[in-house]
Amino acid sequence: MSDNTLKIAFTLNGKPVTAEIETHWTMVELLQNRFSLFGARQSCGQGLCGCCTVVIDDKPVTGCLSLAAFADGADVKTIENGEEELDAVQQAFIEAGAFQCGFCTPGFVLMTRKLIEQHPEPTEDEICNYLTGNLCRCGTYPQIIDAVQIAARKQREVSPA
Amino acid sequence: MNDQSLKPQHIGKSYPRREARQKVTGRIEYVHNLVLNNMLHAKVVRSTVPHGRIVSIDTSAAEALDGVEMVITGEHVRKVMPEPYYGVMFHDQPVLALDKVRYVGEPVAIVLSADPHIAQEALALVHVDYEELEPVFDEVEALSQQSFVHEELKPGNPQLQFLAGVRDTNVGFPYRLRHGGDVDEAFEKADHVYEHSFRTQPSAHVPLEPHVTVVEPTGNGITVHTANQSPSFVRYELSRLLGWPQNKIRVKVPYLGGGFGAKLWFKLEGMVAVAALLAKRPVKISLSMEEQFYTITKHAATLKIKSGVTSEGKIVARKCEVLWNGGAYADIGPAVAFHAGMTAAGPYDIQDVAIDSLSMYTNLPTAGAMRGFGHPQLVWAYENHLEMMAEDMGIDALEFRRRNIIRKGRPQATGTALKSDAVSDVLERLAQRLNWDKPYDHGDGTIRRGRGFGIGIKASISPSTSEAIVSLGSDGGATVYCSAVDMGQGSDTAYAQIAAEELSIPVERVHIVHPDTDVTPYDTGTLGSRSLFHMGHAIRLAATDAREKLRQFSEEVGVTEGSNVPIYEIFARKNGMPVGNVIGTGSYVPPTHIPPDPMTGQSDDITCYWMVGGTGVEVEVDTETGRVRVLKMINVADTGTPINPKIVDYQLSGASIMQLGQTMQEKMTFDYGQVTNASFADYKIPSILDIPEISNDAMDCGEPDGPYGAKGVGESGTFAVSTAVASAIYDAIGIRLSELPITSEKVFRALRAKANDPLEEI
Repeated sequence: MSDNTLKIAFTLNGKPVTAEIETHWTMVELLQNRFSLFGARQSCGQGLCGCCTVVIDDKPVTGCLSLAAFADGADVKTIENGEEELDAVQQAFIEAGAFQCGFCTPGFVLMTRKLIEQHPEPTEDEICNYLTGNLCRCGTYPQIIDAVQIAARKQREVSPA
Repeated sequence: MNDQSLKPQHIGKSYPRREARQKVTGRIEYVHNLVLNNMLHAKVVRSTVPHGRIVSIDTSAAEALDGVEMVITGEHVRKVMPEPYYGVMFHDQPVLALDKVRYVGEPVAIVLSADPHIAQEALALVHVDYEELEPVFDEVEALSQQSFVHEELKPGNPQLQFLAGVRDTNVGFPYRLRHGGDVDEAFEKADHVYEHSFRTQPSAHVPLEPHVTVVEPTGNGITVHTANQSPSFVRYELSRLLGWPQNKIRVKVPYLGGGFGAKLWFKLEGMVAVAALLAKRPVKISLSMEEQFYTITKHAATLKIKSGVTSEGKIVARKCEVLWNGGAYADIGPAVAFHAGMTAAGPYDIQDVAIDSLSMYTNLPTAGAMRGFGHPQLVWAYENHLEMMAEDMGIDALEFRRRNIIRKGRPQATGTALKSDAVSDVLERLAQRLNWDKPYDHGDGTIRRGRGFGIGIKASISPSTSEAIVSLGSDGGATVYCSAVDMGQGSDTAYAQIAAEELSIPVERVHIVHPDTDVTPYDTGTLGSRSLFHMGHAIRLAATDAREKLRQFSEEVGVTEGSNVPIYEIFARKNGMPVGNVIGTGSYVPPTHIPPDPMTGQSDDITCYWMVGGTGVEVEVDTETGRVRVLKMINVADTGTPINPKIVDYQLSGASIMQLGQTMQEKMTFDYGQVTNASFADYKIPSILDIPEISNDAMDCGEPDGPYGAKGVGESGTFAVSTAVASAIYDAIGIRLSELPITSEKVFRALRAKANDPLEEI
């Protein structure tokens, strides 16, 4: 290890962790190299497709552009958080058939959770505008819109506003 | 047996994808995730010139960089592969460039390091000197150009050996079809003759998981973990290149993060295998998104089409000339020219047809098969052509098609008769869904509306082979071993349904083993909508065989058919404990295929099934800006019996969305062979905001030869999207574009030209 290494401490999916990183590493590299978490994936490498989405301090960010060093002291959540039990969004994605190859799915799920938090009764326009930073090459957008609406409805049933 | 037991229990049910949970939790297995002990990462040095001789490669500075393990060039490749040229049709593509480079982006060397950042940094330290040669980029110019991409054609596929040794040409493969009598004579007799030219653009598949391959040396062989749609071919080709027995090469494919044809045949596997053998360590190459644009593209094409028509509106003669821009290496391009060439005249019953479909070499990135296998390009030509003729003759576009479509029992241009009325069924359903016979409000002012549709036809790739093994265990569960790749189309789910149906067990009791050439038998590849038909049959046959073996086995231990002795008890009587299994095998090659005559392309049985698909759209055009919004899209296709209706529906809409991107926005642009938009910042694939209201109609048009009457559906939604949009724009504003994509700028320029106020060219 050389001068450009750094030790950081942060919360990962609810657990306090530390990691030795290289300063140029991205969040995606940190998660893959140190924690074997592959749900955040580099695809376009420019923050334009959303496959690398991770949630830092409650904000979804593009993991391929965010530096790992900035995770120091932060609360980091990935798609693997709480995976033992599927939440309403994940269940709705399965129910609506809202993925084919699945490569973009973690990003869509994480963004949809945020979307529903901010728009508990989302219109189609709100859904499309919110999710436009996430790309799906298989073209499952119609099913994703369905899934978001199903998830929002389920969420409202569980915890009415 | 009673009637109840004859009713399908699993076929036609929309089970969720089997791997759904792993996909929504991010735990699904891709090669992308694979990390092995002691693994090196490799990065690729790429050619900076489109055509040139390699004068020298200086790797010393790169090798001196701290952390670089090795730099490998074409000359090193020869140490393990004496003739390092690969390809499914032609053996024309070097694993790493040798002597010459033929496109910007061609792999020239690879740098290995434990740290991918160091390997990346070292790329800039490899110095390559080129003596530049005259390049050729355009498929039409390539015909007459005196600069040749290859000195000599090097056919690999046995059927192409007649081209061996051919020199001084950029024509890779000339497909030829002659149906009926002399087409030129027929034009002379026709009341009307129309001729039009069309072009389609080069575009990119860009699956979100870029190409990725890991190769590990295993002592006496190698294991290849690769995101690839044709694992059996990878093993065959590596065995040929290395001169090794096939069983020393193990190819494993987990799930793919999308394929669409990009991951077919042989891509990174050769260079990663060489690197792993020379470094004696596992090596991984993960391409960047940018590199995908230099790895495989969808053919640009120039299409000329000429028809003779009687005054009653019957097309009697047609000539098609298609030039496919195949880029620097053949890949599957010759097969695209061949298979798409077969239906270049469209789903029409035409007495005299002549088709010439040529795959051309140029100094651009290699073009391969992309969803639709060349057919969306052809449909763009023949359906636009048809609409233009109908317009000129004053015949309604639907009526004109009705007079000309191929009906059941009539021969298509290849001479093979259609076994169903799918063309008519799809056409009529589309017309009905569009309310074609009802008046339509075209709007007024600056926002105009229009509607249009088109239909297309495709033959299955024939002949091809699928093999499967079904093992039935002592607990009554089944394991399916097959080399079909689930890249998102849901094949695992469909195959489990077929096996469960055949064995009368719940789908949950079926396990699908992913391609692993040590274990799973041969399959041609997951391509061209062939797998459900062929692999579906192979699995059905293997399951039937396993059931029969179990019956014999049961008799041996004194259990007769229909008895209520549980399966574990049968196994216990045979094996002493309730353990063991019976193995069934299945092999499927379409039994009646007749190869086409090489001079005329004629055959009585050229395909085991036809795919027919149509799309109708409604658009809105802003005449002040040229902006086109697709409001509604209706896809109708003959899907046979849907094994899983929801997955079939999603295949149709997904395919149409992909083609909508190619219709409205996607185009690779080049500057002297360099891709100038090789990123998602500049090359825009459809986003969730680009999607119209979509509905799909999966029809079973009664071509029953597939497993349970099923057939492939992955491409039918692509066929007619582009032409439907073009016709709808014509309906809205009276402008027809002949070249894809249909951008706002093109529409606006055409509007201004029509108003005699053309915009300046930039």
